[in-house]
Amino acid sequence: MLKIILAVVGRDLKLAMRRQADIVSALFFFVIVVSLFPLGIGPEVDLLRKLAPGVLWVAALLATMLSLPRLFADDHRDGTLEQLALAPHPLGLAVTGKVIAHWLVSGLPLALIAPVLGIQFDLSTDALLVLTGAILLGTPALSGIGAIGAALTLGLRGGGVLLSLLVLPLYIPVLIFGAGAVDATVSGLGGEGHLSLLAAMTFASLGFAPWASAAALKIALE
Amino acid sequence: MLEADNLECVRGERRLFAGVGFKLSPGELLYLQGRNGAGKTSLLRMLIGLLPPESGEIRWQGQSIRKSDDEFRADLCYLGHLNAIKEELTPLENLLAAARLADETLSEDDALDALEQVGLAGREDLACKYLSQGQKRRVALARLVKERRPLWVLDEPFVALDVAAVDWFAGIISGHLQRGGLAVMTTHQLVAIPAGTVRELRLS
Repeated sequence: MLKIILAVVGRDLKLAMRRQADIVSALFFFVIVVSLFPLGIGPEVDLLRKLAPGVLWVAALLATMLSLPRLFADDHRDGTLEQLALAPHPLGLAVTGKVIAHWLVSGLPLALIAPVLGIQFDLSTDALLVLTGAILLGTPALSGIGAIGAALTLGLRGGGVLLSLLVLPLYIPVLIFGAGAVDATVSGLGGEGHLSLLAAMTFASLGFAPWASAAALKIALE
Repeated sequence: MLEADNLECVRGERRLFAGVGFKLSPGELLYLQGRNGAGKTSLLRMLIGLLPPESGEIRWQGQSIRKSDDEFRADLCYLGHLNAIKEELTPLENLLAAARLADETLSEDDALDALEQVGLAGREDLACKYLSQGQKRRVALARLVKERRPLWVLDEPFVALDVAAVDWFAGIISGHLQRGGLAVMTTHQLVAIPAGTVRELRLS
């Protein structure tokens, strides 16, 4: 079981390394969107501090969305998705591998660069730490939920827009608790509760989303 | 043994075929024939379990393939009209990755040997996007060289191949039949398969 997940993760990471432009463009999108806010709002430190968590999280959601349409589309186009569906193990396991690989190339880089961007908003060290932790914990849920949307819109014309309409509303809980964790830390309440809820959402979506996606993929393959 | 009973296929609003059935024993090859749009590919996709039939049943070793899902797929090798190779990976990486994902063991030496047989020696380390259409098809066919699963389902395997490669691949199929394998195949060019029993099914 672990073997097949690792095989998919390994293959997808290798493909991502051969196509680094995709990773880099999503990352730069995140950096630029986040950096536009301090430039647009001006040097009002209090306002920036208040805006920071929301801005960073919304940018993270959008940056994750950028790479979602291709999650299954490439495999669908060249026939490897069929082969995955015909392998003698449940398709959900292969999808789990794809979700993990997607997080490693899209969510993890965002979490690593977020503290640097947070400095632009004059966040304290504590807030930066919680922000990084929240993005680390929350982005796997984004990849998982996104995989369901990507599977449902596979092969549709104009699927990209439909995908955003499907997936962004489902991202709201992650956004609320992710941004809330930083807010709670800034206001001195402590963000542990929010982080625990984020972790719970991540585990729930990693357990459930691959199987829902696999069911949608089977329909797309008929 | 592969058995199909009274299969019916409906795509959209149109009934493509109904009452299709056959029995295939080890060492036998089934040639699926019919004009474009007769439902050859649909029938193949039913046989591999990707497309549920409107009615009828498909049995592998006496068990309905819908019940013994994973066991059936462990016996199955499918070559679609898509090559299922990744353009960014080299032929060697493609073969090894495909084997790992299908839960098979394939050593690097075996993979290199297979690539040499399909005439891609010296190109193992070139990304597949630099290969020609025919060469990509050869990479896809190389998967079958070391394949020992009993049931092969092949959709237009000879497309984009040159004459020498067609003969070579006919030899690979007869080797498979001689080992007691089964094969179902669609093709528009009738290629003589040297060994095994060849049966035909025409969809109309």
